[in-house]
Amino acid sequence: MKLLVPVRRESRIALGVAFFIVFVALWSFLSMSGAVPRHFLATPWQTVASGWNLFATQGFTHDVGMTIWRVVGGFLLAAVIAVPLGIAMGVYKPIEAFFEPFVSFARYLPASAFIPLLILWVGIGEAQKLTVIFIGCFFQLTLMIAMIVSGTRRDLVEAAYTLGCKDTGVIRRVVLPGAAPDIAEALRQVLGLGWTYIIVAELIGASSGIGHMITDSQALMATDHIIAGIVVIGLVGLLSDVLFKKVNQHLFSWSLLR
Amino acid sequence: MSRLSIRDVSKTFPGHRRNAPATQALLPIGLEVGDNDFITVLGPSGCGKSTLLRLVAGLETPTTGEIRLDGTKIVGAGADRGVVFQSYTLFPWLNVRQNICFGLREKGMKLTEQRDISDRFIAQVGLRGFEDHFPKQLSGGMQQRVAIARALANDPKILLLDEPFGALDNQTRVLMQELLLGIWEQAQKTVMFITHDIDEAIFMASRVVVFSARPGRIKAEIEVGFPHPRHYTIKTSPEFMALKARLTEEIRVEAIAAAH
Ligand SMILES: Nc1ncnc2c1ncn2[C@@H]1O[C@H](COP(=O)(O)OP(=O)(O)OP(=O)(O)O)[C@@H](O)[C@H]1O
Ligand SMILES: [Mg+2]
Repeated sequence: MKLLVPVRRESRIALGVAFFIVFVALWSFLSMSGAVPRHFLATPWQTVASGWNLFATQGFTHDVGMTIWRVVGGFLLAAVIAVPLGIAMGVYKPIEAFFEPFVSFARYLPASAFIPLLILWVGIGEAQKLTVIFIGCFFQLTLMIAMIVSGTRRDLVEAAYTLGCKDTGVIRRVVLPGAAPDIAEALRQVLGLGWTYIIVAELIGASSGIGHMITDSQALMATDHIIAGIVVIGLVGLLSDVLFKKVNQHLFSWSLLR
Repeated sequence: MSRLSIRDVSKTFPGHRRNAPATQALLPIGLEVGDNDFITVLGPSGCGKSTLLRLVAGLETPTTGEIRLDGTKIVGAGADRGVVFQSYTLFPWLNVRQNICFGLREKGMKLTEQRDISDRFIAQVGLRGFEDHFPKQLSGGMQQRVAIARALANDPKILLLDEPFGALDNQTRVLMQELLLGIWEQAQKTVMFITHDIDEAIFMASRVVVFSARPGRIKAEIEVGFPHPRHYTIKTSPEFMALKARLTEEIRVEAIAAAH
């Protein structure tokens, strides 16, 4: 192994797959040998079978759909406000001075701690789920974008001024295109964050969603369902991440040039 | 006729912390640059050359004095003063042609017209076939050629260059000097070119302005009378050597002063 030297594509895939094989093997050993009792840890095959069963007979597709829509909805609401606000904060320092202290403080408020409060305020409906995701994503995203925009290369801004740009031209033609790849990357990371909040939001007071299914299964000690639910979240999260990454790479191919 | 007129301009930078001493980068200086003049500004590192260029470009405001271009006082940057920076400042998300058209697009010029102009300058800086390349796909010398084309395409009244070839190897640097000089001989533009390379300063200039060590002031102005078009072979002529010896002495004194 040489320091920092990339591996070939085939070896990379092989290594990645190898981990899953080791992981499943270990899981099989623990659950099938009886080292861990069955009702605490379902076997991999049991989990796959119940996962299939969940989709086929128990309308799990609807739960997954609800969860996706809540994450994406709350995330989009956050992004629609955070992106312009973050850009304004990055470009205009007085605006940053006004919002930054509060946003920095709010970022450390755990979104899940708001759930009891939100249930009182907006009930246990969709609004509560969306708000949790919104709180979880918004402050983080705003700060990340403000920081990215603040990092705009000064020399490029100056070059644009000497080429005849005014302030709006500089924002439109230098700040935004320069920051766009990093902003897209920040959105991708924060969407991932959204996935970690949704389940907590659904554990309390929900009648649908993956989190709801998991709480129900806990009451029945159906660890196979719980694990299947967790795996599905992982897969959906991974899928959205990969999609996001592909779109970013396609849109901002210039930023990948070395 | 004097195009650029710098009168009693000085620049003091405030200390960046409270109680930190201010830096006097430029003592009050006066300089007149005529129409179609090619002046080179020569001086040791840190003497305020970049500061002067940034003042003319409108990227800094003078502490005292004023700068006029064609009689109009300079406030802020504008398209009438094209700048080529020492560092590479092409827009990495735009290809060569889009970079060159950046200022033209800002003016709202028609696309066909933008294309004609960019074609002309791409040819002039020898980058045909690289129109669709991104800056990261170009060598340093190529990037600076694009930067020169980008500044020229805007048809500025004066072209300001801050050690544009400073990071290039010697051979490339000489080729670039010839290229720039060739463009100037054809287009007749007013040029202010900053350098710390004596050969470079003499070879291109109609006048060399020598700066003292920091705080900078103008120590000498030396006319360079070689006829145009100039060929690189003049660099070995006795007249060139004599000028070089004289400037070397002027600069040496300042470099020693700067080092103390
Ligand atoms: N923004 C700034 N704030 C404070 N001091 C500055 C600033 N810009 C330049 N200076 C100071 O002004 C002096 C002149 O700087 P300048 O960049 O003009 O030198 P230079 O002649 O271009 O040098 P070089 O040949 O190394 O590029 C330096 O001492 C520098 O520390
Ligand atoms: Mg400099």
